[in-house]
Amino acid sequence: MTGLALQPARPAWRRDARLMRGAGLLRVIVFRAGGLVAGLALLGVVWEAYKAWGPTGGAHLLGISVLPRTDDNAMPHLWTIWNVLGQQDAVGSQQTLSFGPSSSGSSGGQTVLGAIAGDCLQTFQWAAVGCVVGLLVGMGLALLLDRSRLIERAALPYLVASQTVPLVALAPILAQWDGSIKIGGWTWSNGTSIELVAAYLAFFPISIGMLRGLRSASAVQNDLFTCTAASWRQTLLRLKLPTSVPHLLPALRLAAAASVVGAIVAEISIGQGAIGAKSGIGTRIWEYSQQSDSARLYASVIAAAVLGLGVTLLVGLFDLVLYRYNRLGARD
Amino acid sequence: MTFSGRRGTVQALQEIDLSVAAGEFVALIGPSGCGKSTLLRIIADLQVPSSGTVTVAGKSAAQARLDQEYGFAFQQAGLLDWRTVRANIELPLQLHGVDGDARRRRVSELLGLVGLEDFAEHRPPQLSGGMQQRVAIARALAEKPALLLMDEPFGALDEMTRERMQDELVRITDETGAAVLFVTHSIPEAVFLADRVVVMSPRPGRISQVVEIGLGERNADTREAHEFYAAITTVREALRGRLGKGDGDGDGDGALVDSREAL
Repeated sequence: MTGLALQPARPAWRRDARLMRGAGLLRVIVFRAGGLVAGLALLGVVWEAYKAWGPTGGAHLLGISVLPRTDDNAMPHLWTIWNVLGQQDAVGSQQTLSFGPSSSGSSGGQTVLGAIAGDCLQTFQWAAVGCVVGLLVGMGLALLLDRSRLIERAALPYLVASQTVPLVALAPILAQWDGSIKIGGWTWSNGTSIELVAAYLAFFPISIGMLRGLRSASAVQNDLFTCTAASWRQTLLRLKLPTSVPHLLPALRLAAAASVVGAIVAEISIGQGAIGAKSGIGTRIWEYSQQSDSARLYASVIAAAVLGLGVTLLVGLFDLVLYRYNRLGARD
Repeated sequence: MTFSGRRGTVQALQEIDLSVAAGEFVALIGPSGCGKSTLLRIIADLQVPSSGTVTVAGKSAAQARLDQEYGFAFQQAGLLDWRTVRANIELPLQLHGVDGDARRRRVSELLGLVGLEDFAEHRPPQLSGGMQQRVAIARALAEKPALLLMDEPFGALDEMTRERMQDELVRITDETGAAVLFVTHSIPEAVFLADRVVVMSPRPGRISQVVEIGLGERNADTREAHEFYAAITTVREALRGRLGKGDGDGDGDGALVDSREAL
């Protein structure tokens, strides 16, 4: 970066830089994937090790449970969870202990894996819509707050307060609009409520991160644009949006994860008793939690975690697309 | 071009009366807090004076800024890291809607002017500090301004790079014919570059003396010439002289680097 390199560097310099960037990219991908696999393996080892050596009945101190039980119902073996994926889902429905949603899981011949995968896809769709809406709303809010300190001071506390509203209460309220709001050919459905809850969680990190990013240009850069008589729109496009990228990318990861959580929580809190025709992984988790086979419950919970991970990785692709603007990631 | 600023509040500029002729190189020197940078920022319409007027090319400072009558080079290069060197230099032209062909031609000229043809497609973090500063200067010259405002542009560079950059700046101003108002902390730098050195003193910031530098054309031998050292001595004494007249708050060692920026 610094130094006295006043003479033009050797001609191969640029090619080298490009090669190094390519290699760096591959290294990043391999490194991330490797870390993921290693983390999962470690988690599995810890799980099985505790199950093997931990107290079967758990441990209690003064009547308070301090260590979880390790019997097969509380902690099924990893291979039990794996095996359950191949079972017929319908069998599970017959084992339902209490009255649960009957619409899902009744498709005969479907395996647990198939059912879970289908549900994950549905939740992914809700979360994706929520995340995109959250992204747009969050960015719009950030632009608005950036425009005026007064608006920022007035609105920011409410923005923070918005995140303390319990989602479990919010979702059923939204669900009351199911079918009662119609605009043109479109009807408010439970899916809309779920998407809205996902967006509600997603917009917050986006707006906060983006606002920070919009203001992260250096004093010199701001002076430069003033000196150059750039308009507000030009400054936004050529300076503020690019400088907001390094703050927006991590915010987007948070938002993506939050939208999945939002969708799942909304599903569970709406779904109890009255879910529509579609079901997502949240509904599935709730349904399996009513059954006696804990391996299924674990399978569905793991699936939800995998979904969250997948969404985060997917959003991570933006890092690669926008690496040019990502000062924190630019190392070439 | 005429500049005359007046700002009467405490800790600021006072009774500044200064005019820079076309093509003239004027250096502003003085201890930290004497308002050199503020003066430059007022001329650039980055700050508004409480009273007084600034005229650039016969226009108000605000109008001059909108009309791009001046280019500004800051102490930090202030380059946009996500843009290539070419795109950085191109920025002002792009913002003013200059069409692509004319833009490319002008950028090629400028790259040649600052000797960075081979680095057009590099990004700023790949460049040394001196090279980054050259990009910033090229960018400031993009709109062919008649006036170049420079706020310690070489302040962060090491001594050797700094002298090379000074040589380059002399050549560039010869080629472009631009007038320069150059803020610096360095006496040799001011003397080497300027036709006139304006010596300022703090609290309130004001012009204490104007030293004419009659060194003629600058070249490799200038820095070793007797006249060069004589001029340096004159400017140094001008800086000390001010303090001798009773700047009596214990700040009297004539320190050129002072941590306080009262403005």
